[in-house]
Amino acid sequence: MDQLTVKDLHKQYEGKPLLCGVSFAVNTGETLCLLGASGSGKSTILRIIAGIETPESGNMIWNGQEMNNVPVYQRNFGLMFQDYALFPHLNVEENVAFGLRMQKIPTNQVKERVCAALDRVNMTGFGMRRVTDLSGGEQQRIALARALAPQPRLLMLDEPLAALDRGTRLELQEELRSVLHAAGIPVIYVTHDQEEAIVVSDRLALLNEGRIVQCTATESVFAAPRNRWVAAFLGMTNFLRGTVVTESPFTVSTDCGVFEATPPMDLQTPSVGSQVTLLIKPTGSSEGANSHCITGRVVVSAFLGDHYRLRLEVCTGIQLEFSSPRGAQISEMLSIPLSPQDVICLED
Amino acid sequence: MSRLPGLRQAISSSGVSLWLFPLVLLVIFFFIPMGSILGVMAARQGVVTTRDVLQPLGFTFFQAFVSTLLTLTAGLPVAYVFARFDFPGKALLRTLTLLPFILPTVVVAAAFNALLGPRGWVNLGLMQLLGLQSPPVTFLNTFPAILVAHVFYNISIIIRVVGASWSQLDPRLGYSAQVLGASPWKTFIHVTLPMLRRGILSAALLVFFFDFTSFGVILLLGGPRFSTLETSIYYQAVSMFNLRLAGVLSVIQLLCTLGISWLYASSSGNRDVPFFPRLQGEGTRRPRSRREKWVILAVIVFIMLLQVLPLAALVGRSFTRLEADLGQRGEVNAGLTLDFYRELFVNRQGSIFYVPPVRAALNSLVYGVITVLISLAAGLLLAYALRVRTRRNRWLEVLVMLPFGASAVTLGLGFILAFDKFATFPLLVPLAHSLVAMPFVYRTIQPALSSMPESLRQSAAVLGASPRQVFRSVELKLIQRPLGVAAIFAFMLSLGEFGATTFIARPDRPTLPVAIFRYLSQPGAMNYGQAMAMATLLILLCGGCIWALERLNRV
Repeated sequence: MDQLTVKDLHKQYEGKPLLCGVSFAVNTGETLCLLGASGSGKSTILRIIAGIETPESGNMIWNGQEMNNVPVYQRNFGLMFQDYALFPHLNVEENVAFGLRMQKIPTNQVKERVCAALDRVNMTGFGMRRVTDLSGGEQQRIALARALAPQPRLLMLDEPLAALDRGTRLELQEELRSVLHAAGIPVIYVTHDQEEAIVVSDRLALLNEGRIVQCTATESVFAAPRNRWVAAFLGMTNFLRGTVVTESPFTVSTDCGVFEATPPMDLQTPSVGSQVTLLIKPTGSSEGANSHCITGRVVVSAFLGDHYRLRLEVCTGIQLEFSSPRGAQISEMLSIPLSPQDVICLED
Repeated sequence: MSRLPGLRQAISSSGVSLWLFPLVLLVIFFFIPMGSILGVMAARQGVVTTRDVLQPLGFTFFQAFVSTLLTLTAGLPVAYVFARFDFPGKALLRTLTLLPFILPTVVVAAAFNALLGPRGWVNLGLMQLLGLQSPPVTFLNTFPAILVAHVFYNISIIIRVVGASWSQLDPRLGYSAQVLGASPWKTFIHVTLPMLRRGILSAALLVFFFDFTSFGVILLLGGPRFSTLETSIYYQAVSMFNLRLAGVLSVIQLLCTLGISWLYASSSGNRDVPFFPRLQGEGTRRPRSRREKWVILAVIVFIMLLQVLPLAALVGRSFTRLEADLGQRGEVNAGLTLDFYRELFVNRQGSIFYVPPVRAALNSLVYGVITVLISLAAGLLLAYALRVRTRRNRWLEVLVMLPFGASAVTLGLGFILAFDKFATFPLLVPLAHSLVAMPFVYRTIQPALSSMPESLRQSAAVLGASPRQVFRSVELKLIQRPLGVAAIFAFMLSLGEFGATTFIARPDRPTLPVAIFRYLSQPGAMNYGQAMAMATLLILLCGGCIWALERLNRV
């Protein structure tokens, strides 16, 4: 069952619409990642759910109960800010204990739960340190411990790893995922980094121009991006325009040949003769006997450590990129096999 | 010329030549007067009892403590509203809270007198309305009068200093606390207040310092019933001629103020507010709830009542005749009048001065200009000599800041004791003013000069600029603005200085504050009206200075 349902949020920022009807739901034990460019309103959604900001319209429903008029401090939601907002006048232990003290929990229990929370984020023994003396990664862990210690019903994380260097980020991604799953509560995780989103999330919600464009399981977002914006946001660059030839099997004719493609997921299959955009997956293909091939002249062949990036001119003025285990000579003609799963018809 | 090249070099490299002028100034006009005070203490004349000392000392601490507490109580909500909310008219209101702070004490006293004194709007209005024979509201010469005037004066320190810390406080810390279950009140107690502690402490100490050394307010609004160290020094020296007691009180006063300044300096060291809001405009916002709007409205009304109403009463009173003058009988034509201003140009027989009162304004302006010249020259030389932050220079800086610790009355007493024989020397008043202004000037210029990267001077030198050219075309250009600010400050200080001037100024050469004080102490509606008119002139002059300051800061 959906624990938190967000319905049709509208919010303006400095007179311009920021959120124009955002709706989604989160379930128990699930991590939903809100992914979008900076300034897309991701953080604002979290602030609205937390109660720090009020939307112009729309509602938040928790277990069937409307939350709009519940004050921030009575919601019992956890929120971790981008730069953690640790209290600089309190030490690590006092920071983690803050939420427990606000709940008037007896002192001996507070101590126990603080220890448990620090243990959970591998920071045992740091209790008496000043938070201003901690490294970025350590601050992040303490902020997580502080957010989890009062056992919130829902946890929200706003770009929790953005302030860290790449090495620490990679290390903490995995750790964060396991801690979040162990907590067993719904988690909303905001980030602009798709790699991080892949590692941490169960489901992805992509936010663009104040709306959620696609909200599906993480694998399926990558397997079948819904439209050109989603594909481009995820770093996919190979697009071809074409005309639908047959509906079943679904084939599309382009300047570079006719391809069998995967039709758009939720929509009706486009009718014969309509103009569509195809996304060509760069992964190259599982070379199947029945797969179609795309042929082109090699323009760029760059070695990237564990694979090559090849750019082919597939027809005049159109270049596509593929990754390949082998390099190629410049100007060499190359054929790359494509199965229908590698050619995806996007919504317009 | 070249007989002592080593010495010359040593002098110029140690910066002693730069030091010379300010040092001579300090020695002659600060250390010699202070020495004279110690001298009269040692003399046998005059009686000093423990009670004579403990009573003013106790009351000084008491009134400063209560005043500071009240100022904090009144100032914190205003600081909060300024730091957290945007509302129409905020910039204007902010300037309004600044104006009282720079007004001379005499003007403040005159303003409360015009509002609540026996000849003030409230009393005359009530007498008219209820047909009373005597003023129903007794405000002057009461303890509350001192407190209200101190709050009026120093609330802007709380608003500025605490407000600055508050607006730099990351609002996310507050949100974090609330998300973790803290109610707004608990958030304030457990997060906001501890983070503001240093700001509040240093602002409170500064307020305490000003309340402790307050002279004009106590003298003019408290009256002879309330004597602090400052007013006791004055009464003992001027009315009782007990110079020994005055000297003892001065030394105690000096020790206390040095102690408070030391506390202040050590409290305002490193501010513990490290987080600055990253997102623009996140710190302040428009009020949302009805309650927030009420709070803002209450703050606006409060500032209007406390800070604007007395000044408006003063200005209004200077243009209005409300009562009969001395010797006039029966009904007077109450109404608007320019008489009080006209009278300023007339040299009346039997008036308090031997010159038309407008001369006081002229004296003030001339003294102001001379003060600017002397204090700027001395302050600039000092800042230049001390621009490298060595250990020795930090100690020298303490020496320079000493006059700041001495109260104006102490300085004035020292002056009349030390320069008794030169009492007619016309530069004594501006010299005293310069001494008071010099620490401020130094403090304004010094950061600009020492924060200037050495590479700027070096690159100018590499480009062929001589040291003199470097100073003229690089350094001076870069400190133009702080120099301007320092000049205006020195000018305002001189305009409003009352404590020292009342000792030093010759009866025939009064400054505006001294003249206002004398007129206020005299009976008669005309004298009262002239005091109001001159105070209004001072407000205008100070307002002009504030305007110039704002322009300087904007450019």
